[in-house]
Amino acid sequence: MIKFDAVSKRYPGGQEALSQISFQLAQGELAFLTGHSGAGKSTLLKLIMLMERASSGQVFVNGQNLNRLSRRQLPFFRRNIGLVFQDHQLLFDRSVFENVALPLQVAGYDSRDAARRVRAALDKVGLLQKENQNPIRLSGGEQQRVGIARAVVNKPALLLADEPTGNLDPQLSAEIMRLFEEFNRVGVSMLIASHDLSLIASLEHRILSLEKGRMIRGATETSAGDL
Amino acid sequence: MASGKHRDNIKQQSKAAAKKSGNSIASRISNSFRNHQQVAVDSLDRLLASISGTLMIWIMIAIAMALPLFLLLFLQNLQQFGSDLDEASQISVFMNTTTEMPRLEQLRDELLGRSEIQNVEIISAETALQEFQASSGFGDILSGLDENPLPPVLLVTPLAQDAAVLQPLLASLQDYPEVDEVQFDLDWLQRLYGILNLAQRLTYMIGLLLALGVALVVGNTIKLAIENRRDEIVVVKLVGGTDAYVSRPFLYTGLWYGAGGGLIACVLILLAQLILQGPVSRLAGLYEGEFALVGLGISGFFMVLLLSAMLGWFGAWLSVLRHLRAIEPG
Repeated sequence: MIKFDAVSKRYPGGQEALSQISFQLAQGELAFLTGHSGAGKSTLLKLIMLMERASSGQVFVNGQNLNRLSRRQLPFFRRNIGLVFQDHQLLFDRSVFENVALPLQVAGYDSRDAARRVRAALDKVGLLQKENQNPIRLSGGEQQRVGIARAVVNKPALLLADEPTGNLDPQLSAEIMRLFEEFNRVGVSMLIASHDLSLIASLEHRILSLEKGRMIRGATETSAGDL
Repeated sequence: MASGKHRDNIKQQSKAAAKKSGNSIASRISNSFRNHQQVAVDSLDRLLASISGTLMIWIMIAIAMALPLFLLLFLQNLQQFGSDLDEASQISVFMNTTTEMPRLEQLRDELLGRSEIQNVEIISAETALQEFQASSGFGDILSGLDENPLPPVLLVTPLAQDAAVLQPLLASLQDYPEVDEVQFDLDWLQRLYGILNLAQRLTYMIGLLLALGVALVVGNTIKLAIENRRDEIVVVKLVGGTDAYVSRPFLYTGLWYGAGGGLIACVLILLAQLILQGPVSRLAGLYEGEFALVGLGISGFFMVLLLSAMLGWFGAWLSVLRHLRAIEPG
């Protein structure tokens, strides 16, 4: 699903955020990405979303070489990836329903079809009864679940999460992780960046560790599966 | 090769996405149409929700639009007034007193064959004398003369009034050996037309500058709107919104700014017309003329509306081009 081939990222100013990263994430695999802050977790996710481009090396997502993806193709590429943020990035000028519907609206879905999918996604995260509320009135854990519903509403093949439990207490964090595992069980590939080591250690998934821009653990482990 | 394959990949993916949503091309088009419709309504709603700020911009645009339109209409009215006058603008061609009637008729037919001449009327020496006697009050003196001192005259009505046609026509009439003098005393009208022409061009230039001003005002307002909705733009881009999708609400906002301003400009002009109509017809009455003010008219109204809506859209487009692309997630 994801393949990094000797990828380095240097920001203007000479600071090297990632150096010579190589790893693969199999189709349907769930892996955690850890490391202290500044180790390059976010940069790595940004390279996959094409929010940044690699300085050298090649990134493949679903068989596509991202170096060859033009600006025009970018939106269509992003529609196949769900993204969950630490600060959930919800829009407070619209309801929960409208927040979750956004990716479908953007992709030009029929509104009835979209409504069905939005409700299904909200149902999965347990917030169906709050669809008409403004997300600003929800608790932190609920807001994060709305963010997850938005990330999966389009049924993406790949889901990326950047510190999805960073602002939540341990119990809510565990709930969110269980939610991710559920989606993973139905075949969604996932890469979850987190520094909550005790939480991810309790879950039995592959762990990729970054330190100062280098991958020090997990890169060579690959589980069986189509890449 | 690789990039071709990769393009196919993208195509397949978007096809797959289309299939996922059960979209045929027809329903995609209707969805896109619905999106346009929805965005148009939403952006108007947003403008109306902050009506005081919107009204300020509308009035600003209206003034900038109305000013050159006032000038243009004023000039158009003056021109119409002038053309009422120049219906009387005929060229008097005074012939030698010896010119006989058959030659006059021959000349008339010859002149009528020319494209720049609308009509030619012969006033024989006798007719001229009778008219003169009747109107001048010198009848008795004139009847005392044994010979008619008045020459026959050809009254030539030219088709066009502009100097480019008239000057050569006057010269060529002067060239006939039988012609004594050619008189065309509407030089002042020519001058008026010259001034009007100049004023019209000046107005176009002012209009152009003000139109640019409108576009920039809208552009700047859109820039602020883009800044205010930065978070939304970032999220929409991250979930796969195309540039066209992201810019659409702003372009419609620009369109509404322009259209609203244009509408108010039309109302201002209509009001001015109503206020001026009375005094103008009283003034025309003093000159024993009938004169109706030329207004915008229905087609003019729609032209102004269309033009200002397009200006607003254009201003928004400029702003979107500059500012929207700079907002990228990351």
